[in-house]
Amino acid sequence: MTTAEVSEAQSYNYEVVRLFTLATVFWGIVGFAVGLLIALQLAFPDLNFEPYLTFGRLRPVHTSAVIFAFGGNALFATSYFVVQRTCRVRLWNDGLAMFTFWGYQLFIVMAALGYVLGVTQAKEYAEPEWFVDLWLTVVWVAYLLVFLGTIMKRKEPHLYVANWFYLSFIITVAVLHLGNGLSIPVSWTGAKSYTVFSGVQSAMIQWWYGHNAVGFFLTAGFLGMMYYFIPKRAERPVYSYRLSILHFWSLIFIYIWAGPHHLHYTALPDWAQTLGMTFSIMLWMPSWGGMINGIMTLSGAWHKLRQDPVLRFMIISLAFYGMSTFEGPLLSIKSVNSLSHYTDWTIGHVHSGALGWNGFITFGALYYMVPVLWGREKLYSMKLVNIHLWVATIGIVLYIAAMWVSGIMQGLMWRDYNDMGFLEYSFVESVMAMHPFYIIRALGGVLYLAGALIMVYNFYRTIKGDVCEKEYQSGGELKGAVA
Amino acid sequence: MSFLHKHQKLEKNSLLLLFWTIIAVLIGGIVEIIPLFRTETVIEPVKGVRPYTPLELAGYNIYLREGCYNCHSQQIRPLRDEVARYGHYSLAAESMYDHPFQWGSKRTGPDLARVGGKYSDDWHVAHLKAPRDVVPESIMPSYSFLLKTGAKIDDLDQHLKTLRLAGVPYSDEMIENAEKDAIAQATGEARMDMAGLVSRYGEKVLARDFDGQPEVISEMDALVAYLQVLGTMVDFKSAEQVEESAP
Repeated sequence: MTTAEVSEAQSYNYEVVRLFTLATVFWGIVGFAVGLLIALQLAFPDLNFEPYLTFGRLRPVHTSAVIFAFGGNALFATSYFVVQRTCRVRLWNDGLAMFTFWGYQLFIVMAALGYVLGVTQAKEYAEPEWFVDLWLTVVWVAYLLVFLGTIMKRKEPHLYVANWFYLSFIITVAVLHLGNGLSIPVSWTGAKSYTVFSGVQSAMIQWWYGHNAVGFFLTAGFLGMMYYFIPKRAERPVYSYRLSILHFWSLIFIYIWAGPHHLHYTALPDWAQTLGMTFSIMLWMPSWGGMINGIMTLSGAWHKLRQDPVLRFMIISLAFYGMSTFEGPLLSIKSVNSLSHYTDWTIGHVHSGALGWNGFITFGALYYMVPVLWGREKLYSMKLVNIHLWVATIGIVLYIAAMWVSGIMQGLMWRDYNDMGFLEYSFVESVMAMHPFYIIRALGGVLYLAGALIMVYNFYRTIKGDVCEKEYQSGGELKGAVA
Repeated sequence: MSFLHKHQKLEKNSLLLLFWTIIAVLIGGIVEIIPLFRTETVIEPVKGVRPYTPLELAGYNIYLREGCYNCHSQQIRPLRDEVARYGHYSLAAESMYDHPFQWGSKRTGPDLARVGGKYSDDWHVAHLKAPRDVVPESIMPSYSFLLKTGAKIDDLDQHLKTLRLAGVPYSDEMIENAEKDAIAQATGEARMDMAGLVSRYGEKVLARDFDGQPEVISEMDALVAYLQVLGTMVDFKSAEQVEESAP
């Protein structure tokens, strides 16, 4: 770096990025741990403790903690990091940026406490009550202002592709949140409200929101990470600029239509179901376009995969992204959906995306950012990164394989007939059949959580300034490849 | 390369990029959502569906609070096995007063769209209190605290009023009598205004002591009242006759 570049780097607002990074790690552990608990509750129901710690109240704690707390903080951290680096300016308005940090943590705590205490709107992934929703709206507007304000004063004439994705994520999540959140409080001093929409309309709007929480929160935002951190780590330019443009516009345009695939064979009109299915299948193309753009960024640098477990995290995340964005369109086909819907297959599908794609690209970005943010030359240990990678990967494989088997089995048992033309199985027989798979799934969760705890230790030592001496040669180079 | 050249404009102007992004993401939602508000094309006219009684509404809210929708759907699909297992497939009209819908997305437990009337009140109470006493293989949490918790009924008129704002046809009379109707339904005692309850919510309304504790109106009363009405409002026999007589 030249002296000018060094002084520029010193002028970035890393303080707020550091806070968001720590929050990402903290809420990640919380979210994974609650996930493990509710997985165990399904295998061993005595682990439910009424009234506060039942599966019904804790499941939203898990989903919100991993999506909005872990994923959300990761998006804040990386977007603030990336927008400063790619625009070559300090974040606009330090005070407002700090407000987004504390405001967002307050949102998380209010939402989670609410669920445990029974304060909920009972809409999946949009459970917070009206006052929490209003607070989030304030924080989100501040987020948009900080992000846009930084872009406006950029020194680079071009807006880098990662920022397009971040921007589309921020604005679309705002639209979805406002649309789905419309509700009337019973009283201004009470927590309870009623959603203005009912029945069919509320179902359609909820899944327009719900599916695009996946599409924009967990996909567009995280693609922003992909487009910055993979080229950075591989030290290669993005594979194709034209593909980026195509990827961006087709993805955001098509994703929005896919919601009705959550409502196949319901009382939603058929035309809407068919539209949802059609666009879901079309969505396969932009999804794989993005994956190819990311993976092919490594062309000419494939050997780095052998040496760098951080890059490996990022590339495996894209492999999981490709897998779950193939599985998604498949599950959205009505005849497949008639078997898979309401079963664990959906749960497995979600987790191959969440654990594999969102989790791994986040871990990769965190491993990249932590040494930079705390001014350390390198991570404490690359070996531990590698152990984290494999422990977590085995965890995911156990998880999704168990859910494939249990989900398909469940679906087949429900529709099985005996020779007399009666249903072969009672419902509870299908519940009993799930038991071994619920245990295997929980085991997968244990491994995933263990991997994350290894990461926490690695970060603790890195931030402290330690370096695992035996891994590095005197010149600072890694000794051999970390296989 | 003119397309790339044009795109450069968006890459240099963040507000223009923001504008086109919003346009791109609004189209799908508008096309899929707006037509659904022409309800005459979406919700078939059937007889019998009425707004929840105040007690049933209190039960609905407990169902939401406990996150029952995380494991139970309320949407029977028109598939042979589902109709055999659960009954007539769900109609749009049956959830038209649910703010929000409770169709669910997962069946860790069975569908509940037509659970009303399938089991006795005693069964529901015993099952909610300790599920494995009744179904040994069940993995449902127990909800015995519902028996010990009094149902909050003094503000039900406010709930009805709010729902009326959202479009549920509650009359002034229903709102005024919300608390009284809840007490009447949860006790079933003749000294209460049963005639008023029936005149407001119909002949079929179930009024009795649901939880086996006549001295209190518990949350269990409310939840069981709600579960017992699920899927029972539409009279499918008369609907069948209409279908058969249609040309």
